[in-house]
Amino acid sequence: MISALVNPLRFMAFSRWAAPALGALAAALIVVGIALGAAAPPDYQQGETVRIMFVHVPAAWTAMFAYAALGSASFVFLVFRVALADAAARAAAPLGAGFTLMALITGSLWGRPMWGAWWVWDARLTSVLVLFLLFVGYLALRAAIEEEQRAARAGAILALVGLVNLPVIKFSVDWWNTLHQGESIFRAGGPTIAAVYLWPLFVMGAGFLAAFGALWLVRIRAEVWRRRAAGLALQAAADA
Amino acid sequence: MHELARFGGRYALFVLGAYGVAALLFVVMIADTLARAARHRRNARRQDERR
Repeated sequence: MISALVNPLRFMAFSRWAAPALGALAAALIVVGIALGAAAPPDYQQGETVRIMFVHVPAAWTAMFAYAALGSASFVFLVFRVALADAAARAAAPLGAGFTLMALITGSLWGRPMWGAWWVWDARLTSVLVLFLLFVGYLALRAAIEEEQRAARAGAILALVGLVNLPVIKFSVDWWNTLHQGESIFRAGGPTIAAVYLWPLFVMGAGFLAAFGALWLVRIRAEVWRRRAAGLALQAAADA
Repeated sequence: MHELARFGGRYALFVLGAYGVAALLFVVMIADTLARAARHRRNARRQDERR
């Protein structure tokens, strides 16, 4: 299936229906997730602020997924020279930056009432800030190099180097003493969060990932059109 | 409505602020993505027609 999708024509045919389908799924999941989150009782320690978790954690998951997508697409582009993979990498970066910013701001809004601070230089927070800077750096690097192939190669190398930050984010709460709470969902021995909070969290997580998928497909389509327009303009200039 | 009121409470500003920021960023990402797609699609069609 993947090898079929690297053909731009097949990708355009697939994404034509997949993007709106994923968008509709995302909207439905997010609406259900918000309703489930509203119905959950206040936490015995955190009170009403626990509801921030239903946007903060899915945003952080999606940001990390977006970087994994950027890194994987960059790898495919560098190794197999698939142009569509470079388009996918380029399309993932601004969305990843958006979701990372969402995780940082909602985390700050959660931290202030719980920790008494908007920001601390804690390993988890700092590594997520580094993730945001990697997305912004990737976009800046691509914009700074005029020749498209060179920009794509340089961006792909930066994206691959930055992949090392993903395990750092994941295990930061285990490797260092952090103010940020320890791993409580994807851990050996199962989640430590009550089911009444887990369900809205997973539904919102699925909704955010579906939203990323829908927007990513639309942005890849836009990138394919941009390249087609640029190619045709060059051809027209050469013919003239 | 009663359920929605749960989002408030003592820390309403923080809870609603977080949801507001998330909604705003979603709107920005969706608007930017759709505008970009429409622009590049239009340009590609225009170039196609010129051929």
